[in-house]
Amino acid sequence: MKTNDVILQTVTTIVSFIIILFSIQLFFAGHYTPGGGFIGGLMTSGALVLLLLAYDIKTVRTILPIDYKLLTAIGLLLAVGTGAGALLFNVPFLTHAYDYFHLPLLGETSLHTAVIFDTGVYFVVIGITMTIIQTIGVSE
Amino acid sequence: MTEVIRFIIGFFLVVGSFLTLVTAFGLIRLPDVYTRNHAASKSATLGVMCILLATFLFFYMEEGHFNSRLILGIIFIFITAPVAGHLISRAAYNSGVPLWEKSVRDDLKGKQKYEDRNM
Repeated sequence: MKTNDVILQTVTTIVSFIIILFSIQLFFAGHYTPGGGFIGGLMTSGALVLLLLAYDIKTVRTILPIDYKLLTAIGLLLAVGTGAGALLFNVPFLTHAYDYFHLPLLGETSLHTAVIFDTGVYFVVIGITMTIIQTIGVSE
Repeated sequence: MTEVIRFIIGFFLVVGSFLTLVTAFGLIRLPDVYTRNHAASKSATLGVMCILLATFLFFYMEEGHFNSRLILGIIFIFITAPVAGHLISRAAYNSGVPLWEKSVRDDLKGKQKYEDRNM
């Protein structure tokens, strides 16, 4: 039976933006407050799953043409690259560094290489969650 | 000033908890899925919103901390909880959950067959 999902779809278009914004906030707030790459990635994939629930899998693939297995690989590469980058400066593997920079809009900000590692975690979590859900969703 | 704010915070907390309690009583005492859903999606939403508002006011007035996540949470619950109620109710109707036996009117009864014919 073809159902009329207009309420769910309208609410999804509004709510998914709120969820994705909140997940990005959680991701960037992870250094000083509760949050981080794992929970941010899970919440982003939660927004994508909400899109999958309201629309079908082909529509979401048209909106976001992302190969999630590739996203997982990029995340792992970022994490390993951050660790290996420390070797260039003659310090042990996974040694992180930070410094204070003056950014144009944000002003005095401390930038930490752990954020790049966390971006890797973020990508891997999104990639794995979406791969699992899409694989289960497609199989007959 | 502070006492007035504290009184308002306490008022919102008590009203929120009371509405949540009303929800629980409604879930226990009402006869069928649709009336229970009515109780759950309405008064629980308002109750949780009142409690979140009291929490926001408490942290803003007592500690000077503007917690925008609570505002976002209030908006989010206000948007999503009624839609969740609608979807649960519709899923129940489409899978043939009967109405309360004293119900007098079911406007969707013919529509259901119409949708089935045009599938």
